[in-house]
Amino acid sequence: MSGFFKSSIGRKVAMALSALFLMFFLLQHFAINILSVFSENAFNEVSHFMGTNFLIQFVLQPVLIFGVVFHFIMGFILEIRNNKARQISYVKNNGSANSTWMSRNMIYTGLVILAFIILHFIDFWFPEINTKYIQGDMSGVHEGVEGYRYFHELQEKFVSPIRVGAYVIAFIFLSLHLMHGFASAFQSMGGSTIRKKSLQSIGKAYSILIPLGFIFIALYHHFNH
Amino acid sequence: MTNNQQLKYMNLTLKIWRQEDSKAKGRMVDYKVTEISEHMSFLEMMDVLNEQLVNKGEDPVAFDHDCREGICGMCSMYINGEAHGPDRGVTTCQLHMRMFKDGDTITIEPFRATAFPVIKDLVVDRSSFERIQQAGGYISVNTSGNTQDANSIPISKHAADEAMDAAMCIGCGACVASCKNSSAMLFVGAKVSQYALLPQGQVEAADRVRNMVAQMDLEGFGNCTNTGACEIECPKGISLENIARMNRELMKASI
Amino acid sequence: MALNSKIPEGPIKDKWTDYKNHINLVNPANKRHIDVIVVGTGLAGGSAAATLAELGYNVKAFAYQDSPRRAHSIAAQGGINAAKNYMGDGDSTYRLFYDTVKGGDYRSREANVYRLAEVSANIIDQCVAQGVPFARDYGGLLDNRSFGGVLVSRTFYAKGQTGQQLLLGAYSAMNRQIARGKIEMFNRHEMLDVVKVNGKARGIIARNLITGEIERHSAHAVVIATGGYGNVYYLSTNAMGSNATAAWKIHKKGAFFANPCFTQIHPTCIPRSGDYQSKLTLMSESLRNDGRIWVPKHIEDAKSLQQRKMKPTDIPEENRDYFLERRYPAFGNLVPRDVASRAAKERCDAGFGVNATGEAVYLDFAAAIERYGKTQAKIQNLENPSKEKIYDLGRAIVEEKYGNLFQMYEKIVDEDPYKTPMMIYPATHYTMGGIWVDYNLMTTVNGLYCIGEANFSEHGANRLGASALMQGLADGYFVLPYTIGDYLSNEIRTGKIPTNTPEFDEAENDVKERLNFFINNKGEHSVDYYHKKLGKIMWDKVGMSRNAQGLISAMAEIKELREDFWKNVKVPGKLDEMNPELEKAGRVADFLELGELFAKDALMRNESCGGHFREESVELDGEQKGEAKRNDKEYAFVAAWEYKGEPSAAVLHKEELEFKDIELKQRSYK
Repeated sequence: MSGFFKSSIGRKVAMALSALFLMFFLLQHFAINILSVFSENAFNEVSHFMGTNFLIQFVLQPVLIFGVVFHFIMGFILEIRNNKARQISYVKNNGSANSTWMSRNMIYTGLVILAFIILHFIDFWFPEINTKYIQGDMSGVHEGVEGYRYFHELQEKFVSPIRVGAYVIAFIFLSLHLMHGFASAFQSMGGSTIRKKSLQSIGKAYSILIPLGFIFIALYHHFNH
Repeated sequence: MTNNQQLKYMNLTLKIWRQEDSKAKGRMVDYKVTEISEHMSFLEMMDVLNEQLVNKGEDPVAFDHDCREGICGMCSMYINGEAHGPDRGVTTCQLHMRMFKDGDTITIEPFRATAFPVIKDLVVDRSSFERIQQAGGYISVNTSGNTQDANSIPISKHAADEAMDAAMCIGCGACVASCKNSSAMLFVGAKVSQYALLPQGQVEAADRVRNMVAQMDLEGFGNCTNTGACEIECPKGISLENIARMNRELMKASI
Repeated sequence: MALNSKIPEGPIKDKWTDYKNHINLVNPANKRHIDVIVVGTGLAGGSAAATLAELGYNVKAFAYQDSPRRAHSIAAQGGINAAKNYMGDGDSTYRLFYDTVKGGDYRSREANVYRLAEVSANIIDQCVAQGVPFARDYGGLLDNRSFGGVLVSRTFYAKGQTGQQLLLGAYSAMNRQIARGKIEMFNRHEMLDVVKVNGKARGIIARNLITGEIERHSAHAVVIATGGYGNVYYLSTNAMGSNATAAWKIHKKGAFFANPCFTQIHPTCIPRSGDYQSKLTLMSESLRNDGRIWVPKHIEDAKSLQQRKMKPTDIPEENRDYFLERRYPAFGNLVPRDVASRAAKERCDAGFGVNATGEAVYLDFAAAIERYGKTQAKIQNLENPSKEKIYDLGRAIVEEKYGNLFQMYEKIVDEDPYKTPMMIYPATHYTMGGIWVDYNLMTTVNGLYCIGEANFSEHGANRLGASALMQGLADGYFVLPYTIGDYLSNEIRTGKIPTNTPEFDEAENDVKERLNFFINNKGEHSVDYYHKKLGKIMWDKVGMSRNAQGLISAMAEIKELREDFWKNVKVPGKLDEMNPELEKAGRVADFLELGELFAKDALMRNESCGGHFREESVELDGEQKGEAKRNDKEYAFVAAWEYKGEPSAAVLHKEELEFKDIELKQRSYK
């Protein structure tokens, strides 16, 4: 099996596995965030649970971080290798004749997403880690805020139109990334063409609806502050 | 209907990659050809150019070609940014000049991939394909005249037809040339699939896929990112399903 | 030198078995010390190289393309015959043997043809074991189709790409041996001469087509499998690189050349559209099952068509001349290839051709579409279906049967053959003639073998459809590997053949001298200029119909052209590089000699027989009036020519053909 992951196909299967994992995570993240639109209380409860549960914090969170880092690093390695496979490029190349823009630019949409993740970490994750593990405040409450602090923090972040703008752009790129990534992951895993059509429709729905939902959440909090 | 029309002639500008040999540095050179009939094949247009060059005492453009009916897989030009040019389901030799207009500029380059080094002008070395086939693209059965009767193992029509669709590959390398990653997975996937679909080939399927993929990696082809360009540009319409099947076969072989 | 065909004694059905039981074998340990060179890696060469390597010989194989998979066998469409009798329609080895001898117009060797029919079934078994995806029916068993007017269904096929699949099968067998190190493969190499040592073939001189380097390769035996010489006509269905150089070189070194005038002109090819044309594309013969061939009845209509003032659909039914149906009511559009080709030429020569060049006839599917449409309407219980409905139903059936061919036609000609009739014209397709070989497939030079289309083969004066693939694979898989062992059993003590001998020096010098000449001769005309001129002479005077006067003048014209070539040919570039013009120059130089021998053979054979039609030899009266007349009394022999310096000086040796198992009959298709 170790030989398998050294082969080109093994690498793309690994890429697909991490992608499927991340797509599942994204769905879960979305499910929690959308709660914030319907119920402040429910959102706070779930956020507190996620933020303080041992299993989630010390088992799943490292796995997730590993998944993200792996997906990026593997993506870069494959990109470098793929570039080496054609050292002299074409003078004229008509890529749009045979493939989608999304499929040819995964590295760029990916890089935008990477930049977004860094921003996102600065916005939410680092302050969380700071509060919980450096300052040791696991209470989930904040001075001057009624109940848990999570919803309040969320709303605070989306006051700035610049940040909201950045999020919207990032989600558009996420959508482009997923438009190719979703079906591609299944194809890499050996998905058969018989199921290809339905997979492609599900993929399209996923890659449009989830980022659109995230955009909606950001705008919702921006305008309902 | 061309029957009732006057023949159309075109004057064209060609931008062609010229490279003396594998070590030389190449460059694009402009040529003009005149009075090209729309009924000519693309290679006949190239013949006209070469005849012109020979008569002027210049070195004609070297390009691979042989059967000129789309089956040998020898011809291999990257025309206006696409392997085998703008038409679908054809090789360069089957591409006709009626796809172009009078006054057009046509860019002609060799198939580009590190695993396909240029030999001269538009001729590339595809021996990497040969070595992949040698790594396992066969069924280990000797010629004896004593093999069992051809009808002793029934094969479902569906499997036989699918194997045939995979076996139609002509090994031209358009898949590699079109792929942004110069991946050879459509080519290798087609061969792996043909044998994986037939009972005769299943006996050594695991070794075959492992060895062929290992050789493919060794040759320096890139990795498939499922853009699907290969399937669109393939003159024989080899399906992406063959790549998925190869992925499955390798997973199966590795477990 | 007297010809000895070495046909074994005994009843025909036991000859091959008895023979195999008694020939000498080489023990496995000794095979390791024996080298065999195979030049050409199509169906015959590829299968021979693979099998010889499996047996344990060290094989060196040569191909001018970048891979054995590109040999022109790959272009064969229709299928491969085998006497399996899977259809239960009474087929047998004898029937296949009989059909092949009769189809060849009784100019082939009975014993060889019988052996071919005998091993045909093994070929199918072998190919299926190799993973060749032949067409199957819903029960999972192999499907067969009927072909070329024989009375049984014995043709196995893989869509319209049977040749490709069989070649890829042989190629895969080769790859296995290349991986094992038993075949050393020399791609992009061209054989430029054979080397003889003490009367035996001991090696070849080859040019590396990438670097231009001249190489010496030695072996205990040399096998030539380089295909036919159809490109002597310039335009043919052969590949651009198909050439006769290897065959011609061995002819000059003592191998007799047999029956060069037996050439097959295939009736259903896409016509030439202009002078720039580089090759002709074949459309499967199966089209004639449903297409009706016609030209206009009136010359004025033909003129209008040629000037594009009129469309074929403008010509009413009563003004059309279905000339095959008119001349051959019994077989109609399904007469054999040679007959159909000549009839089309006759009409076009009389001015009734239907395209701008005046060299095309129509192959019309309108009637078939209507007929199928009506049948379908009945099957679907449609009452009073509209004309359009009938057309749509019929078109669907035609599409199912010939869809890929129609599509190919449309890509090339840019006309929709469902709406306008197809245009077709005959083109050179296959050469039955070739290097003379005995029952062992050995030429008149010891240790020099010739297989596949390159030899004079089992097809006599005319080849039946789906028989070329069968012969190539039979020679390579099942015949040569046995018979060559008989010769090599005497070579086990020879040891490695050195290449630093005077014989190799001399051959290499000759090759280099010739190449140098081409590069240094700053002439006026390109190689193609000469090739096209040769092609025109051949097509006009040594084409589908020949007469003494034309042949005599063809010989003179070819000689003159050849002399001019050697004075005025212009080859650009250098010796030590990839130089396609230089490659072509060598090939055309050989065609310029072969063409003359071809005409000489045609002149000698004053009978009409198979693909060779002499205007002087026709039936003068009776039902067959005007048809080809064979002359068994004087010409039932194989004409094997010995090289004597000039093609015109070649000496004729006759191998008389004996027919013990089949009675000679005149073919009739009326």
